[in-house]
Amino acid sequence: MLRLGGAVEKTFMIPYNAFHFKTLCTAIKSLGPMSLTLEQVQRIAHLARIEVSESEALSTQGHLNGIFELIEQMQAVDTRGVEPMAHAQDVSQRLREDAVTEENRRAAYLAVAPETEAGLYLVPKVIE
Amino acid sequence: MINASLKQLSQALATKQISSVELTQLFLDRINRLNPTLNAFVTVDADKSLAAARAADARLAAGTAGLLTGIPIAQKDIFCAEGWRTTCGSKMLANFVSPYDATVIRKMEAEAGLVSLGKTNMDEFAMGSSNETSFFGPVRNPWDQARVPGGSSGGSAAAVAARLAPVATGTDTGGSIRQPAALCNLTGLKPTYGVVSRYGMIAFASSLDQAGPMAASAEDCAMLLNTMAGFDERDSTSLERPVEDYARDLEKPLAGLRIGLPKEFFGEGCDAEVMTAVRAAIAEYEKLGATTVEVSLPNSHLSVPAYYVIAPAEASSNLSRFDGVRYGFRAEDYSNLDDMYMKSRAQGFGAEVKRRIMIGAYVLSHGYYDAYYLQAQRIRRLIANDFVEAFKSCDVIMGPTSPSTAFKLGEKAADPVQMYLSDIYTIAVNLAGLPGMSVPCGFVGGLPVGLQLIGNYFAEAQLLNVAHRYQQATDWHQRRPAGLE
Repeated sequence: MLRLGGAVEKTFMIPYNAFHFKTLCTAIKSLGPMSLTLEQVQRIAHLARIEVSESEALSTQGHLNGIFELIEQMQAVDTRGVEPMAHAQDVSQRLREDAVTEENRRAAYLAVAPETEAGLYLVPKVIE
Repeated sequence: MINASLKQLSQALATKQISSVELTQLFLDRINRLNPTLNAFVTVDADKSLAAARAADARLAAGTAGLLTGIPIAQKDIFCAEGWRTTCGSKMLANFVSPYDATVIRKMEAEAGLVSLGKTNMDEFAMGSSNETSFFGPVRNPWDQARVPGGSSGGSAAAVAARLAPVATGTDTGGSIRQPAALCNLTGLKPTYGVVSRYGMIAFASSLDQAGPMAASAEDCAMLLNTMAGFDERDSTSLERPVEDYARDLEKPLAGLRIGLPKEFFGEGCDAEVMTAVRAAIAEYEKLGATTVEVSLPNSHLSVPAYYVIAPAEASSNLSRFDGVRYGFRAEDYSNLDDMYMKSRAQGFGAEVKRRIMIGAYVLSHGYYDAYYLQAQRIRRLIANDFVEAFKSCDVIMGPTSPSTAFKLGEKAADPVQMYLSDIYTIAVNLAGLPGMSVPCGFVGGLPVGLQLIGNYFAEAQLLNVAHRYQQATDWHQRRPAGLE
């Protein structure tokens, strides 16, 4: 898991979901309220694992603040007692037998990766 | 033949008036000739299409053909199709050749025998309302090539409008089928959430994304929806419902139909001439025996703000899979794993996609989650409840699809908020999960206007009926752009 903070420390890597969203959410906690400062924009970009240059951060700051101005309209609405709606249909999650249903297509799925070796995805060294 | 309906094409193929190979070649020739200007397709593979057409001809000869076997179709490049480059309009997937088929593709190709002509241009990851965010350049509107075709299914819309394909697939997260249909004079349907499988459809906002047909008429949409819809165990939100014939009610008379007109859709904010065309369409419905009643969707003005919290939140999570490890773009130079993620995503995504990922990351973060994400979900409930209330006094809701006709390329590209407001009438339908359509209803200054129809849950057959009867009384949907012979 990647620990997000001032200095990024790598311990070990999970091949799927390389940067986990919940970690990102916790790490972003220290950010201030609207409107976003340039520093905050850079920090969000870092947590979203998107490199931004100074000039990109500046134009992004303007755009994001414009969008948040639109979003802020929601804050005037009294929604006490309203159940959040995650989904269009209120149906419960379908369950299935815990059994293998897909055929093994490892070669086909590995073939589209940028770099592989010996049937594994290749990434820069993360463990010393 | 290029202007023929699906029914006519089906008839022509069944009676051997034309073969699927000939028909496919006819459309491939038009794509060759007109696509360099319109940029509606990003990938065409004549060999693949013709091989599928030959297989369709074999089925036609063997008597094992279905109603749509051998008919060409354009596929939005958001659907994974085995052996086809599938880009989702992004540099991130510019070289991605899908190793599997989306359920929609499998149902259309393997089961129904439709022949894919190619993959159509779209806003990057379906994030846009003008097709200008595509890595492969903007699509031009066949009605005026200085204008946008709408988005995100802009390539599909332009392809059908210019008759580069008889029909196309689209997807609609906030209006991406209906708005381009309106701007290009097409009939487009976004089904009830859960009716069409999302498996293999590259995810943008999973609780809103829904695929549907884009065509010249409601009848064509009904026939195409019959091949697209159905339960799929590979989509966790696919609904287990009995199979329907969506064309079953097309001819039903409209006498007694109650049309709800939301007062919020008929106030400020819409171009006056667009509104005149919409009101004329409603008057036509009254002639067909329908009655109108004013309804209210008091929270509809909150749909754009709520959407721009919910959709980016889901997108930021969905698009975390693009990390340069398992598929897609990987930057050339990087110093370590973290740097590889940062550079691959910085170089692989366009500006609008990055903005939405960042909004999503922010609104889901601890400390902001309640104020933004949960608040947006509560407002989503209020919006859905408004529709439940409105449908107590009407059968179908009508209004404009888009507040304006097609705007000029570049006109709104610099201001995301202005662009977002293009979907002011369509977004609430996605938040509620309802079916919606856009139907051609006139022209303003030579540019098409769309009438939006909103139905209750699972009322697709009724919406198609309401659209079809109007199309029998009017000829707006049969108008074609000039200069594209």
